[in-house]
Amino acid sequence: MFVTGKGGVGKSTVAIALGLLAARQGLRTIVAELASQDRVQGVFDTEREQFREMELEPGLFTISIDPEQAMEEYLRVKAGPLGQALGSSRLFQAFAMATPGMRELLSIGKVWELAQLDRRTRGAAPYDLVIVDAPATGHGVGLLRTPKTFADIARVGPIAHQGRTIANTIANSEFTGVIAVSTPEEMPVNETLTLADELARDELRLDLVIVNALYPARFEESEIAELTVALTRTRSALARSALRAALSEHARAATQREQRARLRECADGRLVDLPYVFAEHLGLAELERLAEALEAAL
Amino acid sequence: MNVAEMLEGRRVCVCAGSGGVGKTTTSAAIALGMAARGAKVAVVTIDPANRLANALGLEQLENEPRRVAPERLTAGPIEVRGELWAMMLDPKRTFDELIERIAPSRERAEEIKANRVYRELSTAVSGSQELTAIAKLYELDQNNEFDVLVLDTPPSRNALEFLDAPGRINSFLEGKALKAFMKPTGVGFRALGRGALPLLGGLRRITGIDLITDLTVFFGLLGDMTNDFSQRAAQVEQLLHADTTAFVLVTSATRESVDEAIWFGERLAADGLPFAGVIVNRVHHDLLGDREPRELSAALGRALTPSLAGRVADNFRDYHVLAARDDQNLSRLVAQLDARRLLLVPQLDDDVHDIEGLARIHRYLFASQAERERLIEDLVA
Repeated sequence: MFVTGKGGVGKSTVAIALGLLAARQGLRTIVAELASQDRVQGVFDTEREQFREMELEPGLFTISIDPEQAMEEYLRVKAGPLGQALGSSRLFQAFAMATPGMRELLSIGKVWELAQLDRRTRGAAPYDLVIVDAPATGHGVGLLRTPKTFADIARVGPIAHQGRTIANTIANSEFTGVIAVSTPEEMPVNETLTLADELARDELRLDLVIVNALYPARFEESEIAELTVALTRTRSALARSALRAALSEHARAATQREQRARLRECADGRLVDLPYVFAEHLGLAELERLAEALEAAL
Repeated sequence: MNVAEMLEGRRVCVCAGSGGVGKTTTSAAIALGMAARGAKVAVVTIDPANRLANALGLEQLENEPRRVAPERLTAGPIEVRGELWAMMLDPKRTFDELIERIAPSRERAEEIKANRVYRELSTAVSGSQELTAIAKLYELDQNNEFDVLVLDTPPSRNALEFLDAPGRINSFLEGKALKAFMKPTGVGFRALGRGALPLLGGLRRITGIDLITDLTVFFGLLGDMTNDFSQRAAQVEQLLHADTTAFVLVTSATRESVDEAIWFGERLAADGLPFAGVIVNRVHHDLLGDREPRELSAALGRALTPSLAGRVADNFRDYHVLAARDDQNLSRLVAQLDARRLLLVPQLDDDVHDIEGLARIHRYLFASQAERERLIEDLVA
């Protein structure tokens, strides 16, 4: 399950909340972060080792996927001692990492490996669900497209073969899902609409759109006049601050609902709201609340 | 401190920050402000919101700056003495133009543009936006038509990507590692020692031979152009390090973006890049001060029905959770970075999508210390 969205929309938070939900429903789940974003660590207060599958809670694992390490592992497993020698050659590393798309291919290759029932990694148990905290939207589509691109460029040989296998897995909607996270604001919504189009072009579809950080609709439109009048009449500076804050939030909540309506277009009914979390810090308690909200909606 | 002071004596302003913090809007507001003060300014942006793009007259994709019609600006609340120009970057086109410029012949440029490896490279989202944004900045700086250039860096999750990605592509184009591998007498062979031949065989087995052939053809086409890429990369580095360049960090007050701003600030210092200041958007200012929340219930109770008063109080309480959060993150930011170079823009009622909205942000960015204090007081009182 790929979770993507514009930068700053809370994609990682949603990925972890989905992970919590899945684990509590009994699925052995792993949340895979790409490119050392290290957001999970902030929540679970664990010292994380790069590239190691770590259990955060019963049934919930996490891994941070680093392309260099993914390459070393791949070479070791696929090409034995020869691969190990190549993988430890700094020159070869530099070459591989500089090749356009190679980092993405290696990262998604590791994601694919995590999702296999028969794991390549020695002693590793299979997962029921792999949640990928994918890069921001544009890069995210690039990531999904990379295996096919490589298969086309390399045409024959192991990379082409591997690329094709992964591309087929991604194209299989029984196996792979794509979730877009968006805040109900103009730019993230634009990106989500573009994402839906881009996916359609690759014959993929958006399985779910999660509207994150939706302000509550606290006030009716009809109450706004009352608040405005009170603002001009009250002599308390504190009350004026509070009234102004209320009007301001109402304005933002209204704009949010307009933007949410635009998301409906591409979501085709598969739209789930998550509330804005008013908290100093998103800790485990807040994530659990989000997981509950997801459970109720799904 | 305000933006005009931050940019004193600077010709280039690079606005960096992670995604979703209002970088594009801030860049446009900075450009507007500098233009208002009499400069001829160009803002280079990559993916503005539709309405903001329309407000700046960016409907046409020309990949060159275009002047924002003065009548659009005079309709706004500030007087603009200089000129405001804006452009939307087209990464693919910028890359193509770069190839056309340094290729020895037109035929060669066409061959390169048709090459599969090049097409992949120039359209890959990852890196090509960053590389071409800097290339465009360099070109505009060389042309010397503007007093001030403002660059809105590409939207990526990680602000550091802007500093790292161009180097990655450049080192690929310079092709050092690859050449070493492909020439039987190259460094690669020597470095790998006696095991070189089987290793190369392994490389071919693992990657598929056609990939190597494609890359060989590509680098054959580039030929001596790789030297030009190295040279340009060095010149661009020089521009970024110049004391007429300013890096402005744009952030919001959430923990993640503050962390990232701090990392970015440290990285600028480590790389010797000119850091000019931090702009924090969407700040929830403390509206309560040392007043008692109880005072609020009483005052609201007199003015509103109990249900409405209760919800206004709830809203205020929630707002204050965010104000406390912002305050905590901002103190961390201040402790790490030079506090005098910090500018706060409050949470506004709506997204900014027109010149008037830009002018509103502009007020916070360009106000004198005294004016800013008054603006915040207005907000609180």
